[in-house]
Amino acid sequence: MKTENTDKHAETSGITSEAVFAVKVDDLTVAYNYKPVLWDIDLEIPEGVLMAIVGPNGAGKSTLIKSILGILKPIAGSVSIYGKPYEQQRALVAYVPQKGSVDWDFPTTALDVVMMGTYGSLGWIKRPKLREKKLALEALEKVGMLSFKSRQISQLSGGQQQRIFLARALVQDASIYFMDEPFQGVDASTEIAIINILKALRKAGKTVIVVHHDLQTVPEYFDWVTFLNVKKIATGPVKDIFNDDNLTKTYGINYKVSIQE
Amino acid sequence: MNLTEYFALVLNDYTLRTITLGTAILGAVTGMLGSFAVLRKQSLLGDAISHAALPGIAIAFLITGAKDSNTLLFGALISGLLGTFWIRGIISKTHLKSDTALGLILSVFFGFGMLLLTFIQKQPNANQAGLDKYLFGQAATLVESDVWLMAVVTGLSLFVMLLFWKEFKILLFDKDYAKTLGFNTKFIDILITFFIVLAIVLGLQTVGVVLMSAMLLAPAAAARQWTNSLSMMVILAAIFGAFSGVFGTAISASQNNLSTGPVIVLVAAVFVLVSFVFSPSRGLLFRQIRVFKNRSDLELHKTLSFMYHIAETHTDISHPHEIRILNNFHGFTKGSLKKLQEKNYIQLQGSTWSLTDEGFKMATNLYNQQQKGHE
Repeated sequence: MKTENTDKHAETSGITSEAVFAVKVDDLTVAYNYKPVLWDIDLEIPEGVLMAIVGPNGAGKSTLIKSILGILKPIAGSVSIYGKPYEQQRALVAYVPQKGSVDWDFPTTALDVVMMGTYGSLGWIKRPKLREKKLALEALEKVGMLSFKSRQISQLSGGQQQRIFLARALVQDASIYFMDEPFQGVDASTEIAIINILKALRKAGKTVIVVHHDLQTVPEYFDWVTFLNVKKIATGPVKDIFNDDNLTKTYGINYKVSIQE
Repeated sequence: MNLTEYFALVLNDYTLRTITLGTAILGAVTGMLGSFAVLRKQSLLGDAISHAALPGIAIAFLITGAKDSNTLLFGALISGLLGTFWIRGIISKTHLKSDTALGLILSVFFGFGMLLLTFIQKQPNANQAGLDKYLFGQAATLVESDVWLMAVVTGLSLFVMLLFWKEFKILLFDKDYAKTLGFNTKFIDILITFFIVLAIVLGLQTVGVVLMSAMLLAPAAAARQWTNSLSMMVILAAIFGAFSGVFGTAISASQNNLSTGPVIVLVAAVFVLVSFVFSPSRGLLFRQIRVFKNRSDLELHKTLSFMYHIAETHTDISHPHEIRILNNFHGFTKGSLKKLQEKNYIQLQGSTWSLTDEGFKMATNLYNQQQKGHE
């Protein structure tokens, strides 16, 4: 299975000049105030990969995702999704923000949060109806949270909240998923559940881009990786570029990670 | 006049009816929009906006010389909006935190407003008297046209809120995500803020610059305690706000014309207090009761499970044992033994206890549950 996947990628990268990438970032530079957070990033993400973005704290991992999604305004550079500007391709993209970015004491239920995933396709003013509710319930079932649908969101555990966010993105039925630290603060069983969903997405031909902190699990979970520390250090298949050399370049210290195989 | 006389009068007396209707509508609309301010964690924004409105009132008077409330409130609206956008500007353009920006705009605008008020009072113009009523509000000055204005604004806010309900909700919960879905979050943001400013300005004549933010926050904070649904929270806040208005007016009219604005605010505060103590799911009282109950339940379970382990070793589960072998490590007290007896889990005879069949069954269940929990 795994080799099939990498073969496909090899083909894609073999015809780079004509290939349309799922996500293509050119010369992206982002700064808060004076200090650049991202400097001149060029990034090409082929379709169908499950990619980790790794780097130390403050390396600009979340910033990169937010800039691609238009949440932050870059100083320079451009982003294209399947060859077109992001604004035209919104329907193809889903976002899972960091769990800590919202107030979980907000007065609403799990089902209601997942329904928000349908708001984009509904557009302005139109209310979600039965069809949207059905989609949301299906997504809840996929993440194993159906029995919690009426639960007030503050009464969910951290792992359950993360699954709710994941379900909200699944409802969007996108081609590309951006996830900001989906494994942060979740227990082992949730981590396994989430990674299984991510692998299922990849199997369905979706592209999944994940900000990830746990270097130990990179080779096990992902097939593609981007090293980031303000500048892009490297990007490519895990088996080719996930090595001590790149880790040292990214994290600044001699980072010893033993990789099996 | 006492309270019953008041309620008899309110139906007949034109002035009283106007004032009561006015404060009720005001309470409803500020409660409704206040829910959004509270959920956006912008509670202090209301305070800053209401204070920022003061110079607008003074300047509107200086320019037009008119004293009708519509002209002055229009001035208040302009200066309130100006203050709001300066606050946003300061937060986004400088390193200052939002509390600093709010405090800065609040005091600078309020100070400037007070300066203008004293300047106006020194003018040799008999017309100037009464502008200071906007400091603490004076519900008695409400006339029918004021109430109509309130009703129109309330209707408009209700319409906009229902129209953009979904957009408001997603902006309040997760702004960045709303942006990725293609919603113009800036527009929704400005829309909500505009209506909050409008509601505040509307209340200046009744409640005044200084206390206005309480009208925005108190009903919403009280409502949050009773529900976990956004729509229910908005409805409850409107109801609490309206009742605060009515009761506040009633109390102030029946008790020697106490100043209405502060009484309304105090009534709203009573709603908050009661809600924080007595709400079933979030209130302090029931939470404390639940904590105690949980504790004593755990104590009983602990004792019972210890008894289970002893009884397990005997073929006859009801074999009597000395009470002496229990100690408080096992959650044992005289009280807990008695409770176990009341629940018919054990039988006490002299200095011995023995498990009943029911008690053994209960303990077995607990034991199995615990085993499951450890897996």
